[in-house]
Amino acid sequence: MYPDPRVEALIRDSFIPIRIDVRGKPELMERFNVQWTPTILLFAPDGREHHRIEGFLETGDFLAQLLLGLGHVARARGKWDEAIARYEEVLARHPDADAAPAAQYWRGVARYKKSGDPAELAATTKAFQERYADTPWATKASVWG
Amino acid sequence: MLDWREDVDAALEEAKRTDRPALLDFTAAPL
Repeated sequence: MYPDPRVEALIRDSFIPIRIDVRGKPELMERFNVQWTPTILLFAPDGREHHRIEGFLETGDFLAQLLLGLGHVARARGKWDEAIARYEEVLARHPDADAAPAAQYWRGVARYKKSGDPAELAATTKAFQERYADTPWATKASVWG
Repeated sequence: MLDWREDVDAALEEAKRTDRPALLDFTAAPL
């Protein structure tokens, strides 16, 4: 289960939680293309998957992944302010998590989608020069500068 | 304690009805 109360609180406050014991349930693994456990899938209310977490993570990394996924769900729904807020939450609370560079990248995308201003993308490129410069996400954002 | 749902389709329908994201946790650990 999730012994850390922060994980339990975030799940309780943000999701309809569904637990699938895969033993004897190969049809559900096939249906959702799950190959291994633990695997966590995050769905928008319309039933479309927007984020996937495979394998065990330490609490901070797991919280960051859940917040990143909530950002993705909000972004897919055109809820730009909510998406930006979720990505900023990752950056502020879990700056050293593996999810943080991705959050910085997708925050730039959400800001651009909200404003239509390409300067938001250029600002994201610049942000990567200051932090997370040695990550693949910096390379992805490098074409915006 | 979290109120884990175990009926996937009912839970996804609940997510749609209540406009909330859903989290599917695939586990092989004892429930």
